[in-house]
Amino acid sequence: MSKIDPEEIVEEIEESGQLGHPDHHVPLVGQAPRRKEDARLVTGQTNWTDNIQIPGLLHAAVLRSPMAHARITSIDVSAAREQPGVIAAFTGADLQHHWAGGLPCAWPVTPDMKQPVHLPLAVDTVRYVGDAVAVVVARDRYAAADALESIDVEYEPLPAVIDLEEALTDATLVHEDQGTNRAFDWPFEAGEVDATFDAAEVVVKRRYFQQRLIPAAMEPRAVVVAPIAAADEYTVYSATQIPHILRVMLALVTGIPEQKLRVVAPDVGGGFGSKLNVYAEEAMALILAKVLGRPIKWTESRSEGFQATIHGRGQIQDVEIAATRDGRVTGLKVQLLADMGAYLQLVTPGVPILGAFMFPGIYKFDAYRFGCTGVFTTMTPTDAYRGAGRPEATFAIERIMDDLATELGMDPIELRRRNWIEHHEFPFDTICGLTYDSGNYEAATDRALELFDYDGLRREQAERRERGDRVQLGLGTSTFTEMCGLAPSRVLGSLSYGAGGWEAASIRMLPTGKVEVVTGSTPHGQGHETAWSQIAADALGVPFEDVEVLHGDTAVAPKGMDTYGSRSLTVGGIAVVKAAEKVIEKARRVAAHLLEADERDLDFAQGTFSVRGSPEASKTIQEVSLAVFAAHDLPDGMEPSIDADSVFDPENFSFPHGTHLCAVEVDTETGFTRIHRYVCVDDVGNVVNPQIVEGQVHGGLAQGIAQALYEEAVYDPEGNLTSGTFVDYLVPGAPDLPAFVTDRTVSPSTTNPLGVKGVGEAGTIASTPAVINAVIDALKPLGVTDMRMPASPERVWRAIQEANASGGSAGQAATGTTTLTAQAGPEASA
Amino acid sequence: MIPAAFDYVRPASVAEAVAALGEHGDEAKLLAGGHSLLPLMKLRLASPGVVVDLGRIPDLRGVRDDGDVLAIGAMTTHQAVVADPLVREHVPLLAHTTAMVGDPQVRNRGTLGGALAHGDAAGDLPAVAQVLEAEMVLEGPSGRRTVAAADFFVDYLTTAVGEDEVLVEVRVPKYGAGWGYRYEKFNRVAQAWAIVGVAAMVRRENGTVAEARVGLTNMGTVPYRARATEGALAGAPADATTLATAAEAADQGTDPPSDLNAQADYRRHLARVLTRRALEAASGA
Repeated sequence: MSKIDPEEIVEEIEESGQLGHPDHHVPLVGQAPRRKEDARLVTGQTNWTDNIQIPGLLHAAVLRSPMAHARITSIDVSAAREQPGVIAAFTGADLQHHWAGGLPCAWPVTPDMKQPVHLPLAVDTVRYVGDAVAVVVARDRYAAADALESIDVEYEPLPAVIDLEEALTDATLVHEDQGTNRAFDWPFEAGEVDATFDAAEVVVKRRYFQQRLIPAAMEPRAVVVAPIAAADEYTVYSATQIPHILRVMLALVTGIPEQKLRVVAPDVGGGFGSKLNVYAEEAMALILAKVLGRPIKWTESRSEGFQATIHGRGQIQDVEIAATRDGRVTGLKVQLLADMGAYLQLVTPGVPILGAFMFPGIYKFDAYRFGCTGVFTTMTPTDAYRGAGRPEATFAIERIMDDLATELGMDPIELRRRNWIEHHEFPFDTICGLTYDSGNYEAATDRALELFDYDGLRREQAERRERGDRVQLGLGTSTFTEMCGLAPSRVLGSLSYGAGGWEAASIRMLPTGKVEVVTGSTPHGQGHETAWSQIAADALGVPFEDVEVLHGDTAVAPKGMDTYGSRSLTVGGIAVVKAAEKVIEKARRVAAHLLEADERDLDFAQGTFSVRGSPEASKTIQEVSLAVFAAHDLPDGMEPSIDADSVFDPENFSFPHGTHLCAVEVDTETGFTRIHRYVCVDDVGNVVNPQIVEGQVHGGLAQGIAQALYEEAVYDPEGNLTSGTFVDYLVPGAPDLPAFVTDRTVSPSTTNPLGVKGVGEAGTIASTPAVINAVIDALKPLGVTDMRMPASPERVWRAIQEANASGGSAGQAATGTTTLTAQAGPEASA
Repeated sequence: MIPAAFDYVRPASVAEAVAALGEHGDEAKLLAGGHSLLPLMKLRLASPGVVVDLGRIPDLRGVRDDGDVLAIGAMTTHQAVVADPLVREHVPLLAHTTAMVGDPQVRNRGTLGGALAHGDAAGDLPAVAQVLEAEMVLEGPSGRRTVAAADFFVDYLTTAVGEDEVLVEVRVPKYGAGWGYRYEKFNRVAQAWAIVGVAAMVRRENGTVAEARVGLTNMGTVPYRARATEGALAGAPADATTLATAAEAADQGTDPPSDLNAQADYRRHLARVLTRRALEAASGA
């Protein structure tokens, strides 16, 4: 072996040109450099959890309840244990003593919330189709799946609890020990609500339904646990959005000390909130690895995913709005029934409560009452799904604004104009106690109207109505704002959430001048590696290519709050900025020392420290990094490191907004709805990467439109999920969606130094009511005034039939009342 | 989504395939494109002991000009049918409809014979085979026989193909330029099955309908011909009113299912509307 001479290495590196002074660093924030993630994603070199192979790996398969609600009278796994390739099989009772706690709910929204124990494997009662009752471990996945057929379970059926209002009669209890199906009542009130409604000139009252949705991420859930049995240490690989939270929670569920657990989220193929959870299979895989001392893999099948991964939405919304005859909204009342499903998962109860703050939307009024009752049912648990409470709220306010406009005979956009917060009123304190940071609803709406050709489409609509065209045109509006960037920790505390809302980042300066950015915000498709590289490269004045972003492994990124609630950039991205500032300050001290100058006389720009007045005296940050690595000549008392950690806890949310306009063509003969034109102008503050923003908007629109027109988790009266495959649960594809017209206005956020706002949920939040408003607008002359989602062709056709049968004023009677005059008669016939 | 264990054989000829069926009896299932069989196996709704893969029998692929008919190998993929010049020239309804089957992935693997032999009345091609009055050539241990489309679809997922037989060829008459055609497919998302589909062919002579044929997708356990509509149009004037009146009878004799995508009465309504539209397009009215 040759002797290593540090000086020689330093020289080699210097000569390699890697430390060269970049002539000019072009700012990357605001640009769309090629995404760092995509090459490996599109060439199949992705590290999905299911791709992980470990010597001696065993495969788990889960037997699931075919009954919605039943007592397990007997269960026998002994025959399964005898099947070829099978290593072990366990019932819920077999594993019961391994659990230190049930699967967690981190959001007890009220002190007296009912929180039934949720063991990963059911012991004596099953409470939804898909509830796990036994697990088999075998040498391969096929043997495990085959052996499930040898498990003998006898069930004594109990009545299913499917209907939310019926559930509240407590005729059948989902959890007998809780004594009620009412999980919680959460009230909020501000202003003189009763007096406002008593004095109101116009009151419109409606009932809206948020159907259940199935998240259907491209990558199913999967978990691999690799134990080091002798040390009682475990590495958990999981297709999760939340490796850091999962680590804490798995420690609590299994009793394995937190420091003995390492959690890795490898590449994760989408989540939409469904992977923001702590699942039975993750806890089970960990305990199986502990019990058997062997690595365990479990990968969800798509059929399992429909039943055993959380669902989204599931609300009945009773909404009342009070207004003056000239269209000034004076008050709002909202009463929700929120379908919890069979158990409270990680943030189940908090989802409708997040929505509570968003029902007022972008409007000003002085009286607001909100109440939410959480209801247990014998269906798959619900939890956060893209938007989480905010799409539901936005739907309700934007639907009822349209219904109010109809009652007042006013253009829906004019009604909005008369009520929204004007741009000079920001920051604006809302009736809910939030402070909206910035926005310009006028500008976004004006731009959207221009791109949409609103007036032209209204003319075309009038012509089609006049002609009695078979295909009618409908125009729908939706404006929205949302609280994103979850979240100021003190706000989460005041809402009884079990954790903070900060995010961590570290920057490590490598000897060669390259940079490692460690983020606690774990991506599952968003593009963190690209965006964080842009931010760090700009802050440090280094090339984009020189930045490597590390994430998703609690051993590499030990501190984090993970990815959900449009928080990554507005919280995690800011942590990167703050860490970079610390690196620069540390480096400044070294540079001053090397340049024999006073720190205060150094400028830092383009990655270079230079002495003010004599710019030839300079050191690049790369040169400083190398000098720190060598540590031969540092300021007295300085540690040889310029690396820095930062944890950013936002002072406030940021509030993106937007105006979405949708034109639909509805075939009144078949009920088929086609989106004719879709324009959205979103304001997400400053933009780091416009391509990523555009992608988020497009995907969000697709998901929101899907709720309006296509998707619905359907249960039959016995509690069977009848929409259990993609044949019956319709996820739209590119051919079903229009070419979206998107644009942006820019109202920089005032709550973070980059001026950025979240965009991950915007499209989903805004698009659903825009589409439904458009469908109803198309059918208004036929007497159709309401439409359940999804607005399937059959539903639309039946609504038209009913309207015809009742002389053109059907639709609303069954679901609400109005205090103004009846609907106009049909102006056009099919 | 994990199928039960099965054996797999891949015969190199039709004779070998027939022999494999003879050997394994009702344990065996034929595999064509696999888009119906494999999901059924993964859901464990089907658990054949032996899968006989027809994918490597060259004789079963391709389109042949056989005088008054086109002879289409049963394992010809949908995409090959769509792109075939003979099909486009002589049986354009088949190319037109096949282009609407599934999505590109499905059309690149799925086969004409597979789609017909599976006998799913929700598939687009069985109804088209009905209106084209195609013939199916089946080969079994005692040789070949030919079954008319009208006799081929027996019941729900049941065809005239015997347990020991292989559908080897689909024989479709050539249709001259005097025929108009249209397939109206109604579904909610592009890659979904038809909620209802209507295949129409119309031959016009001097402003009247000389012959009209209408086939119905997903209106019962088998693909139906709308005989009442066809009868009402024979010799009738080819105008919009006549077509619309005739289309009102399109759902007669059908037995449509009710499922999450549509109740039976809505399917009947759709069948009438789509029949009118398909006839209008096919007749140029």
